Amino acid sequence: MNTTVSMAFKLAVFASLAAVPLLGESFYTELLAKTLVLAIFAMSLDLLVGFTGLVSFGHAAYFGVAAYAAALLSPEYEAANLWLVFPAAVGAAMLVAFVVGLFVLRTKGIYFIMVTLAFAQLAYFVFHDTALGGGSDGIYVNVKPSAELAGFQPFNLDNPEHLYYFVLAMLVLVYVFLARILQSPFGRVLVGIKSNEHRMQSLGYITFRYKLAAFALAGGLAGVAGFLYAVLFGFVTPELLSWHHSGNVLLTVILGGMGNLLGAVAGAFAFTAMQEVFGSWTKHWQLLMGCVIVAAVLFLPGGLSAIPGRIKRTLQGDSTHD
Amino acid sequence: MDAASILIQMLNSLQYGLLLFLVASGLTLVFGIMGIINLAHGSFYMIGAYLAFAISSATGSLFMAILLGIPLALAFGAFLEWALFSHLYKRDHLEQVLLTYGLILIFEEVRSLLLGDEVHGVEIPAIFSASIPLSDVLSYPVYRLVISVVCIVLVVALYYLIQRTRLGMMIRAGNHDRTMVEALGININVIYRFVFALGVALAALAGMLAAPISSVFPNMGSHVLIISFVIVVIGGIGSVSGALLAALIVGFADTFGKVLIPEYSGMVVYLVMAVVLLWRPEGIFKKG
Amino acid sequence: MTDASRNEALLVADKITRRFGGLVANQDVALTLERGKLHALLGPNGAGKSTCINMLSGDLPPSDGRILYQGRDITGLSAAERSRVGIGRSYQRTNIFPKFTVLENVRLAAQSRRQQPWRIFSQAMKLQWSIDKAMACIAEAGLAGNEGRLAGVMSHGAQRQLEIAMVLATDAQVLLLDEPLAGMGSEESAKVVEVLKRLRETRAILLVEHDMDAVFAVADTITVMVNGQVLESGPPAQIKASVAVQEAYLGQEDSFHV
Repeated sequence: MNTTVSMAFKLAVFASLAAVPLLGESFYTELLAKTLVLAIFAMSLDLLVGFTGLVSFGHAAYFGVAAYAAALLSPEYEAANLWLVFPAAVGAAMLVAFVVGLFVLRTKGIYFIMVTLAFAQLAYFVFHDTALGGGSDGIYVNVKPSAELAGFQPFNLDNPEHLYYFVLAMLVLVYVFLARILQSPFGRVLVGIKSNEHRMQSLGYITFRYKLAAFALAGGLAGVAGFLYAVLFGFVTPELLSWHHSGNVLLTVILGGMGNLLGAVAGAFAFTAMQEVFGSWTKHWQLLMGCVIVAAVLFLPGGLSAIPGRIKRTLQGDSTHD
Repeated sequence: MDAASILIQMLNSLQYGLLLFLVASGLTLVFGIMGIINLAHGSFYMIGAYLAFAISSATGSLFMAILLGIPLALAFGAFLEWALFSHLYKRDHLEQVLLTYGLILIFEEVRSLLLGDEVHGVEIPAIFSASIPLSDVLSYPVYRLVISVVCIVLVVALYYLIQRTRLGMMIRAGNHDRTMVEALGININVIYRFVFALGVALAALAGMLAAPISSVFPNMGSHVLIISFVIVVIGGIGSVSGALLAALIVGFADTFGKVLIPEYSGMVVYLVMAVVLLWRPEGIFKKG
Repeated sequence: MTDASRNEALLVADKITRRFGGLVANQDVALTLERGKLHALLGPNGAGKSTCINMLSGDLPPSDGRILYQGRDITGLSAAERSRVGIGRSYQRTNIFPKFTVLENVRLAAQSRRQQPWRIFSQAMKLQWSIDKAMACIAEAGLAGNEGRLAGVMSHGAQRQLEIAMVLATDAQVLLLDEPLAGMGSEESAKVVEVLKRLRETRAILLVEHDMDAVFAVADTITVMVNGQVLESGPPAQIKASVAVQEAYLGQEDSFHV
């Protein structure tokens, strides 16, 4: 019964997302595509924060690395091959996350938060200070990658609708991938680590390895989002790796309720909505955002996640979180 | 490099490191004693710099700015502790991150509303505007020496406060065992408020002192914040002496990095941190 | 099983010492845990029992001395590595996964024996061997019928039993049990004592416990610690008769009723 309701709910969400381009409002299609990219990004971070208990404050680094990889691997005036450049960008993000993970996972708690932030800042300076990616000005992706495969072109990313559906398909893929992983023996270990890492160790798990795998995986999925962003906007700057970007995605995860993949998607919508609504009132919209955050922490003890959790439990009996 | 320019870089390193220590010491005390991660700590540096700009352009005197700025910063710190941070002590780190992230947004936007987004300069007080000649072409500005001297005085004062006074004893005890402090009948809330206000004032003072040499600009707090995190990680959470050593290491690494490998200078400090993490994941001065 | 293998010395603490700064929490503690024997560790609060068990389980490295498992030096192994060679422990403070079901708590323990982290697409609840193993261990610890319950909402006693089930699921040959009877009613604790007797048949057990009646009912060997040192070690009758033990316990909070 519950699974049926849950499945029906997911299908309804998917159907309404798929219907948006039919409205013919390109502004909304683009805004929505941007939101979906944020949703993928947030889900990838949720694997760490919500399921493994690792509060990373530098997740934008992997998003940015993949975005830069997309830009740097694309020829200047020709279309790159999507099926080569996409995996390469994701792989680059994963590799960087793996290497950073070797360092940051030696720490815990407050240290972990600070050290992930510091490593993201290191990555930020790599792109900001060196000529590698056009310095602080950033770099353009002039031509969107081509989906051509052995002479056949299944879709064309130059077409905004095709691009939107490509992003939507990636969102579904990442969701299914993560939901699947969380049910696997590997995923159960991650959730166990979040609940009680010490106990996992005394049961014989070398938790470092699992955390490293999760960290690299989350980095790779953030790379999926980063790659899509680069293709969507055709422009990549060091700001994508900035700590504000890391902070915003963390905020998105928390808005949606940690440890809940669909919640991360909902968080992305809530975040974009706040940004748009406050932004339409004043150019100082971040002031309102800041006030909302501060008020939420002060007046909702136990965290924001309590609210969506409550709503979610009423709506559906999902079992994706413990 | 010749001897004179090496001397100049050494003095610059010392001055930068000491200034960073002023910011990082408050951060590490608040971490160590209250268990709070405060992302908004860099904003206090920014607020100090803008206070220096606003007051000195109104009164024409940086001294006046510092004289007024310190009590203002102390009061602001005490107020923030009372209104916001005192509610965070028993909370999750994630909630602390969130609230203090929200505070950064608020501080930056209020700064933008009140003082705009332009870059401002602050004049060096006339009596310190001279330079000491070191060779035919090189000289060292007196004001930078003054900053170093002020910082050294503060380091000594802080050492005295923590090691030698009754208040410092309470701070140290709180650092290790808060139930013990409470058992002694000491009101831990008063200590928390004082330590937090002290941290805010030190960071703001650093901003005020730095204003004439670094100029005053939006987001100047966030760079200092992240560098301060690096210092706390290298030095070990809660260790003031660790923060001093780490701040000096960072000061030297950054300054000489800028001279020797300018293109990669932004990264040097983080690479130092990476090495320390491999060697001692909990900082050089890990607490026993 | 032959008699020789029954009395095989599985875990040996060879004069282990632990210092915290200037404080010596354990000094030259020597213990031998044999298969088929239950070895109880007694002592007043602060005698160093927890430090000792933490050193044996790998949660705390000894400052001095060696720890041997089946003759092999394991002093340098971490807690996770010791679990994998066959040393399992339960904790004084209940240490479980409160939001998981009983089955998932024990299944996760069983899964630790065949770690295949690369299997990210199979479903954990379809790993039949891990479920079978978990069910068997739950039954062995006396919790059959509770598999679907949320661990965190069970009674304190049942949670202690769950801890034992988790240790069993790791195939531990040596069980280090830190006050498994603490906070239990007499009925519950009698049940667990029966479980302990059964488990002893094929394994070596170290039992840290305050419940004297239970200790004297099941222990084959008793070691009494005072001030971080071994005061007396021997069969229960010897401990009962020991003047030194009587004196050490005199005036202690949990005095020694024999």
